[in-house]
Amino acid sequence: MTAYQESRSVRPVLPVGRGELSHAVIAALAGGRPLAAGTETVRADPYGDDLQLALYVLYELHYQGFAGVDDEREWDPELLEFRRVLEQRFLESLRCQVRSASSLEEALAALLVEPVVADHEDAGVSHHLQREGSLENLREYAALRSLYHLKEADPHAWVLPRLYGRAKAAMAAVEFDEFGAGRAQDLHARLYADLMEDLSLDIGYGRYLDAAPAEELATVNQMSLFGLHRSLRGALVGHFAAVEATSSPGSRRLAQAMRRTGAGPAAERFYDEHVEADAVHEQIVRRDVIGGLLADEPQLEADIAFGIESTKFLEDRLGAHLLHAWRGNRSALRRPLNSVLPTP
Amino acid sequence: MEVVADDGSVSTSHRFVAAICTCRRSRIYPWCDTSHRRRTRPDEKVDQEGAAEPAAGGVGR
Ligand code: FES
Ligand SMILES: [Fe+2]
Ligand SMILES: [Fe+2]
Repeated sequence: MTAYQESRSVRPVLPVGRGELSHAVIAALAGGRPLAAGTETVRADPYGDDLQLALYVLYELHYQGFAGVDDEREWDPELLEFRRVLEQRFLESLRCQVRSASSLEEALAALLVEPVVADHEDAGVSHHLQREGSLENLREYAALRSLYHLKEADPHAWVLPRLYGRAKAAMAAVEFDEFGAGRAQDLHARLYADLMEDLSLDIGYGRYLDAAPAEELATVNQMSLFGLHRSLRGALVGHFAAVEATSSPGSRRLAQAMRRTGAGPAAERFYDEHVEADAVHEQIVRRDVIGGLLADEPQLEADIAFGIESTKFLEDRLGAHLLHAWRGNRSALRRPLNSVLPTP
Repeated sequence: MEVVADDGSVSTSHRFVAAICTCRRSRIYPWCDTSHRRRTRPDEKVDQEGAAEPAAGGVGR
């Protein structure tokens, strides 16, 4: 019997640039050179392919790195300075976008109701996939979401040293569950790799980065941004609450989609596990992580709400992109899956 | 932890905390699956008053 080959045992290759900013970052990393001076950032679309990919590549240095890139580039001051400019642009846009922000109480209450959606009505991505998603739609969805799920719960672990007391104990307990509760084969990232195998996708880490549209990159960049900055610990916790609270009902719909299309037992298991786990996680995050953090640092209330609302904003943008493509019978990816050949 | 139903059937959870359904609407009873949530029309005002919540069970609870 051969040993299980982990998704992350391979070093991903650098992606293909999507514009001036991402080209500059990728060239600097590929060539082991300093960043080319004078790269123009002021006019870049904060949600566009170019800025989001540049940011994604820079953040990835903190997770897994890239083949042929020195691990020390993670702390290259020029790259960090450039990242700072890009992430400030992204963060400022998010803050403007959700400026109308409701109170934390309202933001949380909105997470805890389920919209009633009649059969003929338009709804979110999980409703669409549950009702009429094809196996090919599900494969695209899984490929795109693999950018996060193959490192599931990793960006949230960065918040742990910034918390203490009740908030820390609760956050660590939920993360323990995400990391398989002591069993490598139950790591949620591993359950996701198993789901990908059922869907005949390549589980190699970073394999679908070139295929992922900017809308997906932005959702992952948001977590990295909130996770890496202590100043954004409130936003990170808000983001986590939004993910955990919306996951259980969404996972039920996706589990049904996997069953309906006969995707396979591991594909069903990933979502079945999240129906039950995230019903628990939502309670813990709301009562003890948010409750504990607010008791310690009440000034973070607005940032927790910002984390919730900005997550909804970016998820809605991604959902609109996916549904628009699928309803038009087009691929939602930048490269159709059949052009992504399995790694030898 | 184990939950024993009225008919004597036993359900086991190894999670650090389990959310036990108190609303009886869960599709994975005895565990909560968030079916207790209020259902609203998209334009309806959000209000959580009166919504059921699961009970927490497990280590240290
Ligand atoms: S589903 Fe019954 S309490 Fe949550
Ligand atoms: Fe998870
Ligand atoms: Fe979770």
